[in-house]
Amino acid sequence: MQPLTVHAGVVAPLLRANIDTDAIIPSREMRRVSRQGLGEGLFANWRYLDPELRRPNPDFVLNRPERAGASILLGGPNFGCGSSREYAVWALDEFGIRVILAPDFNPIFHKNCVANGLLPARLPFPAIRELAAWTDRDPQGNRLVVDLRTSRIEGGGTPVAFDVSGADRIRLLRGLDDIALTDTRAAVIEAFERNRFAAHPWVRLPEGADR
Amino acid sequence: MPSSLFDKLWDSHCVETDDDGVSLLYVDRVVMHERTGSVALDTLLRRGRPVRRPEHVFCVVDHVVDTRPGRGDETQAPGGRDFIVALRQGAAAFGLRMFDVDDQDQGITHLVSAEQGIALPGLSIVCPDSHTCTLGALGTLAFGIGTSELQHVLATSTLRMAKPDTMRVVIDGRLGAHATAKDLALYLIGAYGTGGAGGAAVEFAGEAVARMDTEARMTLCNMAAEFGAATAVIAPDEAVLKSVVAAPLAPARVGDWSALRSDCGARFDREVDLDAAAIGPQVTWGTSPEQCAPVRARVPAATTTAARRSLAYMGLEPGTPLDSVPIDAAFVGSCTNARIGDLRAAARVLEGRPGAPGVAAVCVPGSRRVKRAAEAEGLDRVFVEAGFEWREPGCSMCFFAGGETFGAGKRVISTTNRNFEERQGPGVRSHLASPGVVAASAVCGRIAAPDAL
Repeated sequence: MQPLTVHAGVVAPLLRANIDTDAIIPSREMRRVSRQGLGEGLFANWRYLDPELRRPNPDFVLNRPERAGASILLGGPNFGCGSSREYAVWALDEFGIRVILAPDFNPIFHKNCVANGLLPARLPFPAIRELAAWTDRDPQGNRLVVDLRTSRIEGGGTPVAFDVSGADRIRLLRGLDDIALTDTRAAVIEAFERNRFAAHPWVRLPEGADR
Repeated sequence: MPSSLFDKLWDSHCVETDDDGVSLLYVDRVVMHERTGSVALDTLLRRGRPVRRPEHVFCVVDHVVDTRPGRGDETQAPGGRDFIVALRQGAAAFGLRMFDVDDQDQGITHLVSAEQGIALPGLSIVCPDSHTCTLGALGTLAFGIGTSELQHVLATSTLRMAKPDTMRVVIDGRLGAHATAKDLALYLIGAYGTGGAGGAAVEFAGEAVARMDTEARMTLCNMAAEFGAATAVIAPDEAVLKSVVAAPLAPARVGDWSALRSDCGARFDREVDLDAAAIGPQVTWGTSPEQCAPVRARVPAATTTAARRSLAYMGLEPGTPLDSVPIDAAFVGSCTNARIGDLRAAARVLEGRPGAPGVAAVCVPGSRRVKRAAEAEGLDRVFVEAGFEWREPGCSMCFFAGGETFGAGKRVISTTNRNFEERQGPGVRSHLASPGVVAASAVCGRIAAPDAL
């Protein structure tokens, strides 16, 4: 996983509440058993007037020429609600989104972001609206700088502090792989499991039986 | 110190917690479906990483599998077959028990988990599906996870997560006639919003919950996914414990389930109270589950941009009585409302009544077990005589995967859980409701409460 320390980029505001993962990647866009090939399907129902023919909707923010190259999304409350599909994050990632700023996130979507090196940063809605208004004035020129080392966003006026948990911050900064991290705790897990099976033998199912 | 049910479940699975507050949780059971599980198995195979406890991992085909009679691996969703084949190959490679297309116990993942005893009180279970919280109804610690997290669990038997806040929703009083767990869930989400739980683990309690059977509890916990909850739990009562020990994978004898309830004086980060008696049949009018109202109410005034957008998509005018709105289709199915009790509730309304002309009606039992039980009671005949198609189990038209849909602009009354724009197909307008409301609407040809008949 690529570490994320400082990211500067063009901003795309999508200031709607409850942007769900069906909207981020419609189920019909999940056509292959793969993490790849999803960027084109990102926001397909909004981004295209005809999703099958891929006819772009010129009004959708990610199709606006002045938002070209956007890598920071501004969203509304309860961002990423709905289905747990990690395809939504893979689609955002492939499109080039690195940071999402929203008042709050769905818990599974939030974890999927961090697992893929995308920063889901919490910021009160009024502050998000202010940032959006600032980028509206000059979308290509008014880029935001998101500094995960200091948990601050610069752009416009005074830097704004955003909220991200300490553990998520470190994981993103270092680009840590979860499995490798947990592998270092294998002995502790084995001991816990031994105790659990001893105390509650019914928890353990027979190996290889009826399989 | 008194503990909540969630605290007890968490503590009994917590291997350790690091300085940043992130815990390693021991995972007793893993279930996955072809849509999101296939990718994880494929990735582990490529990396040469083994599954740590294959005997505790289960695979179920439900998401894109066809539900028309005579189905096989071919799907109507583009590329859908590849997901089924990949899951099958992964299951074979790792030696995982698979509930395949033709398995006599196949069904929607969360129903299969309960029916088979994969989920049991006091166990922890994960599944790469947001509605895994359904299983909290059994007193199981259940989390919906992503595909990367699934890989982690398969490789290490643990889940890495920070402990969520807790929230108790106490529902006092008794539900009135024709009001169900689904109506209660919709009412709650309508009152507090789809982000209402704020990522907390929710415990449902109170008289109305205590009176619910296992299936109704599962419906209530299922909808916690639409409430912004990390998961949901309900303290299992005698009836629940009795219902789970009959499952094939349940132990013959258990002695340690009695403590699975919140202690008196347990603390929660948030508590809310509802009065069940005030809740009647509900139906959604917008494109978020929180946009709901009593069936006998009118479409509300659009006071926000979001509401105006929803009403434009739904083709509804403020002030219109909801129970005057004509429907084109009715759907009974999904992990929310496709258990035997749901089918019985719909059949009670349908019995002896022809379906309204022009309404495309579909019933998809949640599992083969449910289907067999329904057929043994003759419910299939009731559905068919009322004009419903009687299908094979699966998620079916709960969502559009590029295959079946009711058609652009069609209005569907549905026992499912999500009424998002285009969820059930391009331009499809979805109204969420209970099985009784869906059945009554199918008979009337318009949105209707069961007592309207």
